[in-house]
Amino acid sequence: MPTRYSTPAIALHWLLALLIIGSLGIGIYMTGLSMSPTRLKLYNWHKWAGVTILLLSAARLLWRLTHQPPADPPMPAWQAQAAHAAHWLLYALFFAVPLVGWAYSSAAGFPIVWFGVLPLPDFVSPDKALAEAIKPWHGRLAYLLAAVVVLHVAAALKHQFVDRDGLLLRMLPQRGA
Amino acid sequence: MNHLVPVLASLTLVAAATSAGAQAVVPAQSEISFVSKQMGVPVEGKFKKWTAQIALDPKKPEAGKVSFVIDTASAGFGAAETDAEVPKAAWFNVAKFPQASFTSTAVRATGPGKFEVAGQLAIKGSTQNVVVPVTVAQSGANSTATGAFTIKRLDFKIGEGEWADTSMVANEVQVKFKLALTGLAPL
Repeated sequence: MPTRYSTPAIALHWLLALLIIGSLGIGIYMTGLSMSPTRLKLYNWHKWAGVTILLLSAARLLWRLTHQPPADPPMPAWQAQAAHAAHWLLYALFFAVPLVGWAYSSAAGFPIVWFGVLPLPDFVSPDKALAEAIKPWHGRLAYLLAAVVVLHVAAALKHQFVDRDGLLLRMLPQRGA
Repeated sequence: MNHLVPVLASLTLVAAATSAGAQAVVPAQSEISFVSKQMGVPVEGKFKKWTAQIALDPKKPEAGKVSFVIDTASAGFGAAETDAEVPKAAWFNVAKFPQASFTSTAVRATGPGKFEVAGQLAIKGSTQNVVVPVTVAQSGANSTATGAFTIKRLDFKIGEGEWADTSMVANEVQVKFKLALTGLAPL
């Protein structure tokens, strides 16, 4: 069993961490703005980032399912189980949050054009009532994702600074490599 | 014989009225919409309130006249945040320019059921010459006229100030229409 995650897994983890935290931040900030070119720009960046997260998460899931992750350091069984449950919940939300956002955008009549170049198919047909029904779910799921991310980070920090078991090293780029 | 003269005269009048008379637009089956591209995303809006006066004899299109008056306040994309912006000074400035209009200057046939209507489009105090291709399809007494043309929004100062940036909202705006008409003479 390997002692650390593979380089592609580490690269995808940190790239997605940046994209997801960035999208959550932009998402919270942009919804409070009044209509302006800045708001329009942020909404589009948020959507482009969301589609990128969806694609990278698909690649990451495939990698995860075909490559052995490193062993857990010694810890109580309930902690290991909770960690694994949180990881699979994170994966589920990596797909659910962008997909529900995409569906909302389609239903609201704003198709997504990835990076302003590639028009994506409408997930559902434009329907104002449906858009209003979907909208709160994108937010709820995103806040759930944010909460699990906070838990995930808190647990990693606990392992690093309280347990001092080197768990975090498994996900850090190898020094001098 | 003397009685025939007024009858013939009135028949001629009726014929003249049918061929050159005005056509009525069926509002429920008609639509004027526009497509604007925002960061590459096509977004379709509609004008909900407008009136049209159309007098066209397909056999003599040169004599035809077409005019539209559009309530700028009735424009919307169907999304509350966007629709609240449309009437503002930077966009249609509805308070100062409540109406946009199109008045034809020349109509000509370009093929079977196809016409080209040249005219003046006045929006927000600016007037531009446009040429509008129109396709007419008939089914019994009902006719449908459809077409689309592209205008440059900045020619009409639609989207001023920070919104004048065409990398955010494209300068080209496609205007599309579908008009259900009654009373149009056969093609």
